[in-house]
Amino acid sequence: MNLSLETRALTIRFGGHVAVDNVSCGFAAGTLTAIVGPNGAGKTTYFNLISGQLRATSGRVFLHGEDISAFSAPKRSHLGIGRAFQLTNLFPNLTVLENVRLAVQSRAGLGFNLWSVWSSHKELIGRAEEVLETVALSAKCDVAAYALPHGDQRKLEVGILMALEPDIFMFDEPTAGMSVDEVPVILDLIRSLKARRNKTILLVEHKMDVVRELSDRIVVLHNGALVADGEPAAVIASPVVQEAYLGVEVAR
Amino acid sequence: MFRRLLSGDLPRSRVLACVLAVICLGLLFTPFVFPGARALNVAAKICTFVVLVSSFDLLLGYTGIISFAHTMFFGIGAYGVAIAITRMGPTWPAVAAGVGAALAVSLVLSLVIGLFSLRVKALYYAMITLAVATAFQTLASQLSDFTGGEDGLSFKVPELLSPGFSFSERPFLGVSLNGRLISYYLLAAATVALFLVMLRIVNSPFGRVLQAIRENAFRAEALGYRIVVYRTCSNVLSAAFATLAGALLALWLRYNGPDTSLSFEIMINILLMVVIGGMGTLYGAVLGATLFIVTENYLQDVMKLASHGFAGVPLLRDLVNPDRWLLWLGLLFILSVYRFPFGIVGKLRAKARRAT
Repeated sequence: MNLSLETRALTIRFGGHVAVDNVSCGFAAGTLTAIVGPNGAGKTTYFNLISGQLRATSGRVFLHGEDISAFSAPKRSHLGIGRAFQLTNLFPNLTVLENVRLAVQSRAGLGFNLWSVWSSHKELIGRAEEVLETVALSAKCDVAAYALPHGDQRKLEVGILMALEPDIFMFDEPTAGMSVDEVPVILDLIRSLKARRNKTILLVEHKMDVVRELSDRIVVLHNGALVADGEPAAVIASPVVQEAYLGVEVAR
Repeated sequence: MFRRLLSGDLPRSRVLACVLAVICLGLLFTPFVFPGARALNVAAKICTFVVLVSSFDLLLGYTGIISFAHTMFFGIGAYGVAIAITRMGPTWPAVAAGVGAALAVSLVLSLVIGLFSLRVKALYYAMITLAVATAFQTLASQLSDFTGGEDGLSFKVPELLSPGFSFSERPFLGVSLNGRLISYYLLAAATVALFLVMLRIVNSPFGRVLQAIRENAFRAEALGYRIVVYRTCSNVLSAAFATLAGALLALWLRYNGPDTSLSFEIMINILLMVVIGGMGTLYGAVLGATLFIVTENYLQDVMKLASHGFAGVPLLRDLVNPDRWLLWLGLLFILSVYRFPFGIVGKLRAKARRAT
């Protein structure tokens, strides 16, 4: 199998606490892998190690076979690792359009252009508007990000990730705190990404119905360690998962 | 055309546009409308401070970096010109050499300070710049063979700019056409040019990244922007503009000393000007600098008039005594910061938004 992203024995310690413990796992292009586990299992920390917000204590991260363990977050972003954050992480006083436009601009590599006026780069604005369309935020493009309701902020968070057009999409609980009628927008988006068949999608999600429907594979983290990995049906049925995490969910 | 000159960043408030127009016209016609050396000096000081305060806004308002070393770069520019002319004589090559050397020194210093310390938290950065600026000020007053020490350096300027030079025997509209007038208009032209360049920079794709970093550095990094590099660039650019403002000031005053360009008081003043005008707007720098310098220079006169008017009223007479001007200046600034937390420009723009 051709792996686009791989972690080998990835470990990070904070003092005596091992937040991610020796996780080796590969992800193939065209697949959606759900990463599940109870709160504090190390899912977000694992994401941070892959997208570069944290550096591993030991272990390696490979992207398309290249060792990127020593690379900074910006460099990993340019190489195609895109990340949407669990806690909404926007540019609060900038408009919705500008939040997305900045992502488009980064991808276009125009950051060090000092002498043109930003608004003269119509193609960047056009692309940002397209992205806002896909996350159903076109009507709010002139609103400051801080003034959006929570659900819209989550959509914008995903919109920024879409604008980066990465190879690796990392969604960290994209639908958390969204109202029921907003969730389908995000899920449709993830479905359409999956349908493109060349993207690697990593999804941290607590809603088991979503995970069951979308994922090709489930990886279970518990106390920082990988405890189960495989086909959704098999993983959900396995006793270790029932006990560690899913007991409550299945009973419900 | 106008829109392009302003890089598409219009005042976005009719009142603001009018105020800016009045300031520009006022500065343009100062030599003819307000006769006397004092008015011209105030106008020239406003011009240099528009550049200085704008360059500080680039750093504080747009990038979100708090630096106390900004007057250091202002001083480097002023000392560059003063020292070069003192050593090489009042010629244009001396001016060019002074400005060039000052820019080089500022570039190196701002690059070093930036690379070494922009990784640390904002508060530590502010403290580091404070330490460097204090050290520099001490150095400047100690190296008296070079800088003239506490007394500073008085020097002649190239003949074209000196008061003795006159290009017409007859006065025009009652104003003698001499080198001072040329100096003033060159200064005003340089101010306009530098301001427009800064306006272009903050409205470029680069300037937009600076604002993103101010808003959320963590996210900007996740988008692929290397924030240390951007912050350092912003630091270097703002230092360069401050250096040029210092050179302009020295050429106008034909003097430079620690109190005119390096003192910590100026640092506090430009901080106030940015905050009063409105951070992150650049137009706020124009408003803040003008308001502050006019008040600083003319408040005492107004108070003198008032104290004559209230000569018979015991307590009031003492309160408006010209000696109390600093008290009133302070009160005015506390009130304006309290009333306009986003500065005057922020307030005017918010009003214009509500009206539409």
